Amino acid sequence: MNSRKFNALIDFMSNVIVAFLLFVSLSTYAQQAEVIKFGKLHSLLEEKGEQVHIINFWATWCAPCVKELPLFEALYAKSDPRVRVTLISLDFADELNKVNAFINQRKIKSPVLLLDEIDYNSWIDRVEKSWGGAIPATLFINQQTGHRKFVDRELKEGELEKIIASLLNE
Amino acid sequence: MKTIKFPLVLMCVVALLSFENPSYEVGDSVTDFKLKNVDGKMVSLSDYSDKKGAIVIFDCNTCPYSKAYNDRIIGLNDKYASKGYPVITINPNDPEISPGDSFKEMASQAKKKGYEFPYLQDESQQVARSFGATNTPHVFVLKKDGPNFRVAYIGTIDNNSRDGSVATKKYVEEAVDALLGDKSIPTTRTKAIGCGIKWKD
Repeated sequence: MNSRKFNALIDFMSNVIVAFLLFVSLSTYAQQAEVIKFGKLHSLLEEKGEQVHIINFWATWCAPCVKELPLFEALYAKSDPRVRVTLISLDFADELNKVNAFINQRKIKSPVLLLDEIDYNSWIDRVEKSWGGAIPATLFINQQTGHRKFVDRELKEGELEKIIASLLNE
Repeated sequence: MKTIKFPLVLMCVVALLSFENPSYEVGDSVTDFKLKNVDGKMVSLSDYSDKKGAIVIFDCNTCPYSKAYNDRIIGLNDKYASKGYPVITINPNDPEISPGDSFKEMASQAKKKGYEFPYLQDESQQVARSFGATNTPHVFVLKKDGPNFRVAYIGTIDNNSRDGSVATKKYVEEAVDALLGDKSIPTTRTKAIGCGIKWKD
């Protein structure tokens, strides 16, 4: 075997290995929810940037929340550079496994954070004063202007895009 | 024309006012209600006229927060019924949307947990609307004031929805204790964390 053939073989083999590793990592990859405290959520709310940040509050047990999740997933899949999506689970932190299983099963791609803050009255007004404490609830933040829109009910198809457009065009 | 327009405007204003949902605030007096209990008997607030007050809780079978708070709700009745503040629970969820909240399921929940207080079905959801209840569980502590019941506290039970034993603020207990001791209530209003009421379409 001359050295050119040998190099070609090495190249071929390394491509196969890379492809194999990529396949394995993609097929076994599933997002794990990150457990956070209010401090982290607060810094997300205050973050400055160029995007409209959509923060959805949900839980695995909340039927209307689960129903509207595909809307956020579709938005996330568009990879619009002007838009950022974060899903905040309000499931109890001792049910993290249930949340991760849900993420895995539904192949949720949008980043999921689990907010482990049981004393709701200590933080809920700092997210939105008008929020009565029920979910689903979605907060839209224009990171440039700081303008916000809050929706404390299930969103209908097309509504996300409308609200985002109104915040982008101000 | 002017003479015609003015009464028209007035009528519109009156019509608008009458459509407004008058949800209760702390200090408001409560209109009597009559609802069916899980034992089939009708229960009204006026049945409690000989009490010092009542702890009215909008609650349900299905919400994880209601489940987490269930033993604490039973505990409130155990602690305060004998002191003149019994618990009255009301389920406002539409069983069409939430089948686990049907009258039959309510009766089985009350039986399983040995409720010694009413568990009423608010079929028309009118009572929940008039109270301005939005979530389950959603507590309204009422104090008897002459012939009326007045709202003394609105909100959540305590500040730990998962585990009452480590709650550092027991809002409902603090409110009822203050009423029993003739003192002012430290916190009269909190947000009732829980699941949104399943309203009929």
